[in-house]
Amino acid sequence: MGQSLKFLIPLGLFGVLVALLFFGLTTDPSKVPSPLIGKPAPEFSLPALGDPARTVSHTDLLGKVTLLNVWASWCHSCRAEHTQLMRLARELKEVQILGLNWKDTEADAQQMLRTSGNPYRVSAFDPENQAGINWGVYGAPETFLVDGEGRICFKKIGPVEPGTWETEMAPTIDLTTKKCKESRT
Amino acid sequence: MIPELGHFALILALGLALIQASVPLAGSYSGNRNWMNMARPLAWGQFIFAGIAFALLLQAFLTDDFSVVYVASNSNTLMPTLYKVSAVWGAHEGSLLLWATFLAAWGAAVATLSRNLPLQVVARVLAVMGMVGIGFLLFMLLTSNPFDRIFPMPLEGRDLNPLLQDFGLAVHPPLLYMGYVGFSVAFAFAIAALLGGKLDASWARWSRPWTTTAWIFLTLGIALGSWWAYYELGWGGWWFWDPVENASFMPWLAGTALMHSLAVTEKRGAFKSWTVLLAITAFSLSLLGTFLVRSGVLTSVHAFATDPARGAFILLFLCLVIGGSLALYAWRAPAVSGGGRFDLLSRESLLLSNNLLLTLLTAFILLGTLAPLIYEAMGWGKISVGFPWFNTMFVAVTPFLALLMGIGPWTRWKQDDVGRLGRALWVPFVVAGLAFLLTVVFMPLLGDGWFLVPIGIGLAVWLLASHVLVVRDRLRHKTSPGAFFSDLAGNGRSFYGMVLAHLGVAMFIVGATMVSNFGQEKDVRMSPGDAQEVAGYRFVFQGVRNERGPNYIAARGHFQVFEGDRQIAELWPEKRNYFASQKPMTEASIDWGFTRDLYVSLGEPLDGGDWALRLYYKPYVRWIWLGAVLMALGGLLAITDRRYRLARKAATLPAGATAIRS
Repeated sequence: MGQSLKFLIPLGLFGVLVALLFFGLTTDPSKVPSPLIGKPAPEFSLPALGDPARTVSHTDLLGKVTLLNVWASWCHSCRAEHTQLMRLARELKEVQILGLNWKDTEADAQQMLRTSGNPYRVSAFDPENQAGINWGVYGAPETFLVDGEGRICFKKIGPVEPGTWETEMAPTIDLTTKKCKESRT
Repeated sequence: MIPELGHFALILALGLALIQASVPLAGSYSGNRNWMNMARPLAWGQFIFAGIAFALLLQAFLTDDFSVVYVASNSNTLMPTLYKVSAVWGAHEGSLLLWATFLAAWGAAVATLSRNLPLQVVARVLAVMGMVGIGFLLFMLLTSNPFDRIFPMPLEGRDLNPLLQDFGLAVHPPLLYMGYVGFSVAFAFAIAALLGGKLDASWARWSRPWTTTAWIFLTLGIALGSWWAYYELGWGGWWFWDPVENASFMPWLAGTALMHSLAVTEKRGAFKSWTVLLAITAFSLSLLGTFLVRSGVLTSVHAFATDPARGAFILLFLCLVIGGSLALYAWRAPAVSGGGRFDLLSRESLLLSNNLLLTLLTAFILLGTLAPLIYEAMGWGKISVGFPWFNTMFVAVTPFLALLMGIGPWTRWKQDDVGRLGRALWVPFVVAGLAFLLTVVFMPLLGDGWFLVPIGIGLAVWLLASHVLVVRDRLRHKTSPGAFFSDLAGNGRSFYGMVLAHLGVAMFIVGATMVSNFGQEKDVRMSPGDAQEVAGYRFVFQGVRNERGPNYIAARGHFQVFEGDRQIAELWPEKRNYFASQKPMTEASIDWGFTRDLYVSLGEPLDGGDWALRLYYKPYVRWIWLGAVLMALGGLLAITDRRYRLARKAATLPAGATAIRS
């Protein structure tokens, strides 16, 4: 009996796989709302990428509308979204883009910015996932839209694509008052 | 009207597939020869109608029939004809049609080339392939009809994704799909064998050439995809461990294990149930790949437009095909397992180790690919498993595989002894050791590379030396100078195919090791007239001019590359803007060579006429793809082996006899 039971193992493993795929199919990974939306941005204080003497912290978020982009040089999709960030940096004068360089090495990260251009006013360097944990970063890339009072209006999981700003992000913020719109929580 | 004919042809193909899946199978149980005899013409009929549908979709693309949604979404009047052809399989619906057409083509090939098989086996194999065909045709007709119309008809199409407007894309998916679908034959043979309860050497012999043929296509398809990513994406990388790349690599690994395991089953009658399981696994992983690409479960650069209905359909289909076959396996395999006995040191045990390592690697990649899903399901949050994790796993397993690969061809079936192997293998071992030491001394590297490079080079030399000597050993009793050629014309082809494929692995190892550790990359800002030096080559930037292509405008840079004072190349990297989609695309320019590529990619325009540029030096990068080509050639040599030809010749006799009778 034990001998013939082992022939059931592949079927059992496949059952687990199907359960997993069914789960994946019923949840859209990019639409899980962040518990942080509408809440003040978590505090953090990290050295700036390429300039360890300078500190980047949550106070850099105040007074301006900010896109905080979590990125890493090893992350395929981050490279894909890079051109979009470059475009937004050129076109959106009233929005500052900050980077959170996540689980990366300084050399690789700077290399990528030299290669593809630097859309960030400054990038916080977080190789140990210190700020990442508080911000609930699941993976790179993620992009948070933060209003002038330091509240998170929107979180994009996955790469910023053409139209992401216009259709998903911009409707959640009032650029003149620099405040999140309340309708979207 | 013509698109409706295409739609109708698909429905007819589905009807034929339904009969093909049921009547011959029923005949194989009741012993009704007429029913079983229907399998072959039905397989041909399914192929003809799927082929007609495919030809009609092609016709819609060539005539810019934008009343068809699929054409309007993926083509454009300005597109060159070649890309109108490749656009047929450039998106979800059409690539599915290509899948179904290839599946039917493999079915027709089995129907034609199976004259030497017992009718019962043919009926069952084709019935199983018919079932798979039903799944794909239904999927297309219910959720993804490529012939859907749009009204009012748009005046201009939306254009094919510019990334895909390239020669590489014209050829890469067809090869890959031929490989994926080809494993359905090995799968069908395995299922037929389980149904019949007869897993013997002849079963393995029938499966072998089909498996190897599918594997050749998959090898070339993956290599071409890697080459395409290298020159088209502009990052100089040749493998990204993207979910979709993994989806093609996993069936390849399982298929490689299957080829080796089939050899044992054919020659020694061992590993029967394991071989069947691998045949099921290889095809299941091909289907899983289809699911991952089309369901939107994982995000990927390759992902087709996602639609939950499609995902649900494929998942159901996966459950039926894979779940059904694994249940059949659990039921029937206990009866057929067992077989030849062998010692701890024997060719069987080495091939078993090879199988285990390949399976381990497949499991790692599957785990890494599904990790984001596992984490989410377990409520552990989300992660993305990066490039480094996959690389670590790959580099941890493959050296052992290469080490065994050098020993395998020397070992004897059933039992061998350490002393004999030692006498045979000390020379390659010493040569490889020398190569290791020389690499340590003459290619000093700091960081991770310091031990990886010597190991890589040492293993490649080990494989080369071991295989050169094993060829010499085979020919040692044949003194005439033409012995090699007469051996090649005689029974030696599968042996030489094996040698060639293993040398391809050695070549791949050299390429991957060298380019990963000695590749140089420089990201620079340059003004026209500036020069930059990379790995001893001087790149002189001559500026950028605007040029117009058929359906895009391009900024075209001009570089001269000097080695010393001698100009060795001119490079013209481009940055294109396609009219219809407004997507920017980089076209890298590459001066290719046997031992190095020089690669320039145009970045962003900066102030004052300056450009951000990427300059690469890629040593031995071609060896990666040449290695894959050698592997494929080895496979080709193996399937032309005399044993398979003899089997076919012997079969022509009874077929002729029946012809006389009727």
